[in-house]
Amino acid sequence: MSFQPVKFYQTGTFTVGNRLLAPEERSVQANLRRTNSLNSGHRACQGCGEALGARYAIDAAMEATQRQLIAANATGCLEVFSTPYPETSWQIPWIHSLFGNAAAVATGIAAAMRVKGREHVRVIAQGGDGGTTDIGFGCLSGMFERNDDVLYICYDNGAYMNTGVQRSSATPPAARTATTMAVGAEPGNVFGQGKDLPAIAMAHRIPYVATATVAELRDLEAKVRRAMEFRGARYIHIFVPCPLGWGHASDQTIRIARLAKETGIFPVFEAENGEVVSASKIRRRLPVEEYLRPQKRFAHLFGKPPRADLIARMQELADRNIRRYGLVDTSGAQR
Amino acid sequence: MLKQIEGSHAVAEAVALCRPEVICAYPISPQTHIVEGLGEMVKSGALAKCEFINVESEFAAMSVAIGASAAGARAYTATASQGLLFMAEAVFNASGLGLPIVMTVANRAIGAPINIWNDHTDALSQRDCGWIQLFAENNQEALDLHIQAFRLGEELSLPVMVCMDGFILTHAYERVDMPTQEQVDAYLPIFEPRQVLDPSEPVSIGAMVGPEAFMEVRYLAHAKQMKALELIPGWADEFRAAFGRDSGGLLHRYRTEDADTVVVALGSVLGTVKDTVDELRRDGQKIGVLGVTCFRPWPLAAVREALAGAKRVVVIEKSLAVGLGGIVSSNVYNSYAGGADAVHAVIAGLGGRAITRASLARMLRDAVAGRLEPLTFLDLDQPLVERALAREREQRRSGPLAEAILRDLGVVAARPG
Repeated sequence: MSFQPVKFYQTGTFTVGNRLLAPEERSVQANLRRTNSLNSGHRACQGCGEALGARYAIDAAMEATQRQLIAANATGCLEVFSTPYPETSWQIPWIHSLFGNAAAVATGIAAAMRVKGREHVRVIAQGGDGGTTDIGFGCLSGMFERNDDVLYICYDNGAYMNTGVQRSSATPPAARTATTMAVGAEPGNVFGQGKDLPAIAMAHRIPYVATATVAELRDLEAKVRRAMEFRGARYIHIFVPCPLGWGHASDQTIRIARLAKETGIFPVFEAENGEVVSASKIRRRLPVEEYLRPQKRFAHLFGKPPRADLIARMQELADRNIRRYGLVDTSGAQR
Repeated sequence: MLKQIEGSHAVAEAVALCRPEVICAYPISPQTHIVEGLGEMVKSGALAKCEFINVESEFAAMSVAIGASAAGARAYTATASQGLLFMAEAVFNASGLGLPIVMTVANRAIGAPINIWNDHTDALSQRDCGWIQLFAENNQEALDLHIQAFRLGEELSLPVMVCMDGFILTHAYERVDMPTQEQVDAYLPIFEPRQVLDPSEPVSIGAMVGPEAFMEVRYLAHAKQMKALELIPGWADEFRAAFGRDSGGLLHRYRTEDADTVVVALGSVLGTVKDTVDELRRDGQKIGVLGVTCFRPWPLAAVREALAGAKRVVVIEKSLAVGLGGIVSSNVYNSYAGGADAVHAVIAGLGGRAITRASLARMLRDAVAGRLEPLTFLDLDQPLVERALAREREQRRSGPLAEAILRDLGVVAARPG
């Protein structure tokens, strides 16, 4: 027996389980011939959203490119947990150079492939939010601006987790980190700061920008596949909860990611050439408390007394996303 | 073919003859003419099968070169001064990963105060970065060293920095003998990388290495540079056989056979030093010159042998180890059996200050007469320094130092010396 279809579906979602689909429509990950690009045995924490996101993203990219893929990785959790010497979990050609240069290294690889007439070999750069929105931002913007043939994937867990949970420019407001302590009049990270990197990527007018979460892995696979249909600079921003840094149970990673989407905290959409072309609708709109409460990094919002004012400001941010990206279907079909 | 061209253009043509596949360009004086020249050749099609990438910083320039080299392409970039420091993290990374990138450094001072003119502070600040560092004496050697650098780097899987004095060489129009494509192709084999990112044979490059193996990895980097010391003289011989001239090697000796006094220097100042030494020889002084072409790896044994007969050594340095004195002389101490007292560090030409024959002759006559201090700053304007020091004694808020010194000097033309 060479092929055993895996019955795979996600409980609690509205997505159709694999077992109801024809084999060719099933997810990459449901196929036993998946490449296991990020193989088992690595040292990520239990419930790591980044490991899950990377596994799905890279396997999908491998399938989309007929396994003609090279990856450049920024320093960070993904790099450290996947390659403790002398082991490596990567089943693809993979390079780690520095924290802030993954996009530029990928540009170099893509240039080498072009000059050698091997343009069928595609290039991915990947990093966490620190390596993307902060220290690697210059190289990333340069890669976007030149429209180099690279797909950059950011695994956003909203802080520097590898160094012990310090604030990045992707840390959400009010979140407690090691450098935005839950003390003072405005505990946690301040409001009004941070970068909206998908929007910044769109402002570069690159061919394709998408966001995704590890709660909707089929959607994530589809976006990686779609990204590989374009040439030029592409960007996918994947929302990946971190049980360690966020302070939630390790079996709640997918639920937290789903709540981020269903509250409007994290908009899931696609954009082509700088224009939004689709947004993933919220199926059952929830207040932001549902997302915030299970996470210890927001525990100070629910203390005695609770900080209803800060929760209301978080709700405003979610409402703004919902308006901006049209996340709730106002035709009245679902409510 | 003989040509009368700018140094930067000579280097650009030589690099093009080496068939680079990826060139990363970011402007910084005095390097910029080199990548401009290459960019034009790529755009016009004169240099085929080459990607010319205008990057957004020197850090990106080296990072793109790292990616290209790891993917098996022959990669080149050029920089200077602040640019070299801005890419420093990636410079160390390139050598740590064993990627044979070739980079020109058009040597220039480091600010503050900002200064675009020549000295060696930039390259020497990176002396422990794991790259091979070669210093060109003139434009002919600069272009020749680039051809050797690709060969050397690719043979050893090490990056090579070719240093040439900013403006003094990069912007000087000199006669050079430009080799033919056939000559370079015969000398420089096709790049066969030891490691390459290839989907048909996946490898991980740049893994996390802990205490259990890090020492060994570093040791091997050192051993590789020691290997370079063995190989470089032979390659220079081969170069002479193929191109008909002496270029590169570890050291250049000039009139050192019976010399009591040997002057050590790097780069373009060697021309002036040799002229001065000829003058002193006419006066009957037994004096010679040791030009260091290969600064990293440091040719310890060869320097020791070259200095064996010298009673005193004068090291002319276009850089300053602040708080110590000379950088090159610190290396010379290690290689000279005659005692540290006999080694003199002469800091000269910082930030483009001209090193004149008159000043050198005066200093060397002092050296021969036993009057030279262990550490000297050639042509230092002592009264100007005294005024600045006095100002700091007298006022707490004495203001920005460099600006006050400029005010003291008054309106003057940029002085050559």
